[in-house]
Amino acid sequence: MNAVDTLWVVLSAALVLFMTPGLALFYGGMVRSKNVLAVMMNNFAAMGVVTILWVVIGASLAFGPDLGGGLLGNASLAGLGHLGAHLPGFAQGGASPMSVLTFQLMFAIITAALISGGTTDRIKFPAFLLLIVLWLFCVYLPLAHWVFSPEGWLAHHGVLDFAGGTVVEINSGFSTLAVVLVLGRRRGWPGEAMAPHSVPLSLLGVGILWFGWFGFNAGSSLSMNSVAVSAFIATQAAAAAGLVGWLIFERATESFPTTLGAASGAVAGMVAITPCAGFVSPMAALLIGGLAGIVCALAVRLKFKLKYDDSLDVLGVHGVGGVLGMLMLGLFASHAINRAGSDGLLNGGGLHLMGAELLAVAVTIGLAFGATFVIAKAIDLTIGLRVSPEDEFNGLDLSQHAESAYSLGGMGRISS
Amino acid sequence: MKLIVAVIKPFKVDDVKAALKARGIDGMTLTEAQGFGRQRGHTEVYRGAEYEVDFVPKIRLEVLAEDDRADEIVTAIVESAQTGTIGDGKVWVQHVESVIRVRTGERGVDAL
Repeated sequence: MNAVDTLWVVLSAALVLFMTPGLALFYGGMVRSKNVLAVMMNNFAAMGVVTILWVVIGASLAFGPDLGGGLLGNASLAGLGHLGAHLPGFAQGGASPMSVLTFQLMFAIITAALISGGTTDRIKFPAFLLLIVLWLFCVYLPLAHWVFSPEGWLAHHGVLDFAGGTVVEINSGFSTLAVVLVLGRRRGWPGEAMAPHSVPLSLLGVGILWFGWFGFNAGSSLSMNSVAVSAFIATQAAAAAGLVGWLIFERATESFPTTLGAASGAVAGMVAITPCAGFVSPMAALLIGGLAGIVCALAVRLKFKLKYDDSLDVLGVHGVGGVLGMLMLGLFASHAINRAGSDGLLNGGGLHLMGAELLAVAVTIGLAFGATFVIAKAIDLTIGLRVSPEDEFNGLDLSQHAESAYSLGGMGRISS
Repeated sequence: MKLIVAVIKPFKVDDVKAALKARGIDGMTLTEAQGFGRQRGHTEVYRGAEYEVDFVPKIRLEVLAEDDRADEIVTAIVESAQTGTIGDGKVWVQHVESVIRVRTGERGVDAL
């Protein structure tokens, strides 16, 4: 075990955990004031539920010794015990196994939390909890094993994904699409105005996401080395270019340069650079981020054409941005930046990497959408996914949690 | 006695207040209001989706006055609140049956 690497991974784990409350603010600001606590609660609930499942068995299924075929880990690391000197498939002597599993826990949390961005204003709280439990076992843990564990079958195939373009971004985007198709649109959408109730809250949330994303990407080197630093600057470059790209798109389409657009562009840039960070040059990161800002600004308009109500654009930003990032990695990956990686198409690596990336994208979309659709349908047919029309009208804060985010006082008396 | 009610543009509040004070009116009540008349609302844009906002922020101003001063006050408000563009607002005058000062119990004109 290397103490410096372990320190870096543990610090990065804290940074990545902090992204989830940041996401809660980002999402909370974008919904109407009657639903802000409910969507934030979904994020916080993910921190609770996913952590428990991860410690008990989840970490083992994702990173334990392979059961066969690179499909799933076994249960031998249950309870985060019997970790040994290094995780199966990982090199010896780097960050401690416990630090890596702790770091990876934070990825599972935020991926589950991301789904809540599509289901706002209408999902029952117990249904959301059941959803993320079933989804964790059927979608997240297998996918994390396939891509993040060196023993996983996609990793074996030569797929590169530095920090979760597939496992986190494409997965959350297409899982969300599946859930919202079963859940249905918000009552009144798209005709009725459902404007964000507090853009400043969202901007603060994006600031926290940006800060935490350094841990997310640079921490994914799992080592305090030049690859980590390279991922760090790639993250900053892509976020900045995404921010500017989205604003340019808004200006070019005769709209106003909006603050929410700037913030969304930064997120889009960081989503796209997530698989690429640590494999690409800073200049490539600028290009990828800028492109993501423009492509995602276009993608969030799709829902109005196709009439699926992905409330806060999890598909448009994370799904589309993640696919874009994986394809860009097939183009821009550089062996000179990371000797553990390979060269993309533009660096003379031929089509091999691009083929692997396309395979990973297709597999991730298939698993995330297919399995999540079945899970959502099963929940809808049993406990029901959706609140009653009356509860939806009154807002989820009151109907699901008996709270209001903002009160003008006059609370009456305490009833015993 | 009369109650003069004016719905005006928020950025003209200081001008109206100064005009009334200059005429010796030293009491008024302001309320933040929203409304629309001939002036249309505005458009807000969030992630490319345009939202039409019908209601425009306005200030509702109320002044109590003796009968013979109502016209003067109305003129002062109209002159100071006017920009000549659509959305300048309205002023109307209502008859008031009685007024009571809470602190002293005085009634009628004495309570103004």
